[in-house]
Amino acid sequence: MIYLQYLLVGAGCLFFIVGTLGLLRFPDTFTRIHAITKADNLGLGLLMLGLLPSTESLPQALKLILIWLLVLAASATASYLIAHYVKAQSPDALPHADTTSEEQD
Amino acid sequence: MTAFWWTVAALLLVTLLAGLIRIWRGPNPADRMLAAQLFGTTGVAILLLLAQAMQTPALNDVALVPALLAVVAMVAFVRRARPEAEEPE
Repeated sequence: MIYLQYLLVGAGCLFFIVGTLGLLRFPDTFTRIHAITKADNLGLGLLMLGLLPSTESLPQALKLILIWLLVLAASATASYLIAHYVKAQSPDALPHADTTSEEQD
Repeated sequence: MTAFWWTVAALLLVTLLAGLIRIWRGPNPADRMLAAQLFGTTGVAILLLLAQAMQTPALNDVALVPALLAVVAMVAFVRRARPEAEEPE
């Protein structure tokens, strides 16, 4: 069981590193939003699974899961806010901004 | 066992500090706000690990705070950064 925890928490930490690397290396804001939200949420989820077996009581384990769900919802809404803001600020930021609007009409 | 939690928490702290590079270099303010988002998520992870390493379950409740603060900061940034978008309605 301990080794499973090592594996899960290690993978979670790996996803955090990948997420931060994505934040630093990606060319424009939209890809960075993608990197941050996806990688960190998955990293936190794996971390949570790794931590669950070593919690003392059931309520504490449920609290851990609740924290993860809260972070999921929080970072999802935050990434949409940022994406709308960047799109409003510079509509041509998207490489193919004009074609997407045509498809919607 | 607890040494493992400490090392992972330290590693996450390093990724947190790597986020500062994005703050320094970020071309537009939205990138800088993304680093705030990174602080929120990584802060929660570090606090959860510390709660496990130091056997103090109270830290799990503390972990809720940065998760919320990141979103509130993002909402304040978006509202504050373009007030003119609201006026024309």
